[in-house]
Amino acid sequence: MITPRYHREIPQRYRLEAGKCTGCGKVHFPPRRVCKECFGREFETVTMPTMGKVLTYTVIDIPPAEFDNLKPYVVAIVELENGVRLTCMVAEAPPDKVEIGTKVEMIYRRLQTGREWEVLQYGYKARVI
Amino acid sequence: MREVAVIGVGMTKFGELWDTPLRDLFAIASANCIEDSGVERDRIQSAYIGCMSSGLFNQQEHLASILCDYAGLAGIAATRVESACASGGLAFRSAYLEVASGASDFVLAGGVEKMNDGADATFCLASAADQEYEVYHGITFPGLYAMIAHAHMAKYGTTSEQLAHVAVKNHRHGAKNPNAQFPMEITLNTVLNAVRVASPLGLFDCSPVTDGGACVMLCPVEEAKKLGKPIIKVIGSGHATDSIALHDRPDLTTIPVVKAAAERALAQAKIGIKNVDFCEVHDCFTIAELCCLEELGVFERGQAAQATVDGATSLDGKMPVNTSGGLKSKGHPVGATGIAQIIELVEQLTGKAGARQLLSPSIGLAQNMGGSGGSSTVHILEVS
Ligand SMILES: [Zn+2]
Repeated sequence: MITPRYHREIPQRYRLEAGKCTGCGKVHFPPRRVCKECFGREFETVTMPTMGKVLTYTVIDIPPAEFDNLKPYVVAIVELENGVRLTCMVAEAPPDKVEIGTKVEMIYRRLQTGREWEVLQYGYKARVI
Repeated sequence: MREVAVIGVGMTKFGELWDTPLRDLFAIASANCIEDSGVERDRIQSAYIGCMSSGLFNQQEHLASILCDYAGLAGIAATRVESACASGGLAFRSAYLEVASGASDFVLAGGVEKMNDGADATFCLASAADQEYEVYHGITFPGLYAMIAHAHMAKYGTTSEQLAHVAVKNHRHGAKNPNAQFPMEITLNTVLNAVRVASPLGLFDCSPVTDGGACVMLCPVEEAKKLGKPIIKVIGSGHATDSIALHDRPDLTTIPVVKAAAERALAQAKIGIKNVDFCEVHDCFTIAELCCLEELGVFERGQAAQATVDGATSLDGKMPVNTSGGLKSKGHPVGATGIAQIIELVEQLTGKAGARQLLSPSIGLAQNMGGSGGSSTVHILEVS
């Protein structure tokens, strides 16, 4: 885990901050410097809605080493109410409670413990409503 | 642009080659290729070498120089090419463009990956996805394709058993390939009962972790004629990129970058997919082969699974796919894969494919893909 990078990502990971293009209205998460739609360069910071639904998912049985203590766990692509999509874990649910179309809300949780000299790493997960 | 031919091929056996270091994998493939081409060393001007992650797998960067040095080629212009699992295909395209442009006459296109060297392969491979917005959240490479598979199942009714047929078919082909990592036939039950990796994908839906090197020699068609070589011409080269985060793609059952690269290659070749006799596609996971075939237009969307079950992609089918055994059975040393696909095309087109030889094919297509579809190359070769 790269500490300066972690620090930079806090607005997205802790507060779901996105960038809304002032030219065309497209909401980008994470924020971008250049709009994918209209090539514009002016954005305002907006906070994303927390309600959404599962578009697709998987149950990870063989994770990378840093997630080994969580297996098996569910990762999904969630579409939020504003149409923005993101990849996140689905917490607090047995794997068989998640399917395509499951309604979820975004919550704030610890994601990785990391090694003992590293900062604890937090961010968003989804929770089945 | 000049017409370009492939005049020599060479590769290592693919597998867990614990006693063979990274540099040797390239040196063996390169020496085999140069010998096969009949080109004198001093005529080779340049090399492009695909490698995804020697930094993470082997703690070695500055790769093109060290590899060419150990291959006896120090002094030539050498470039490492990286586009995750499409690194080899992109190295081939880079070499092709250098010869086609007239800048050089004899150029090597190689690929290499040493994945069994003590590093956590799952971690290294995940670096082909978006580190901050995918990997940070616990996704793995099998996990990304598993999410594509679930979406495909929901939209088209694709089943795990249909996916398993892809693995069984590719192992049946690979059993006839002496360079394959796992040259053995398997059954549907083996695939379906295997340990789960990322549901719905199990171990036998996944390509293996592999060491290997592969190399081909390119030159202008005019030079190939002078050397008296069979003329295997590159008639199409396509390349495209897309967002590397899967969640940024509108339809999670598709891999649009493959269609984009294929359209460019087919347009250059002035042919349609119907004119292609066989293909090597990027079956890093069973679902990937189906999606790629649908993107290439070999089958309508949602039809590749049943076509596979019906034998359409077998050696005796209407479109043999992954006659080499594919990534699944032949192995997937990431950076070498795109070059190994080209080698299979050349061997089939020159009648040197042994027990898996097709009946006199004339046009073959190779599709190589990076990540979950952030990049792809497509090359079309024709024997004349
Ligand atoms: Zn815009």
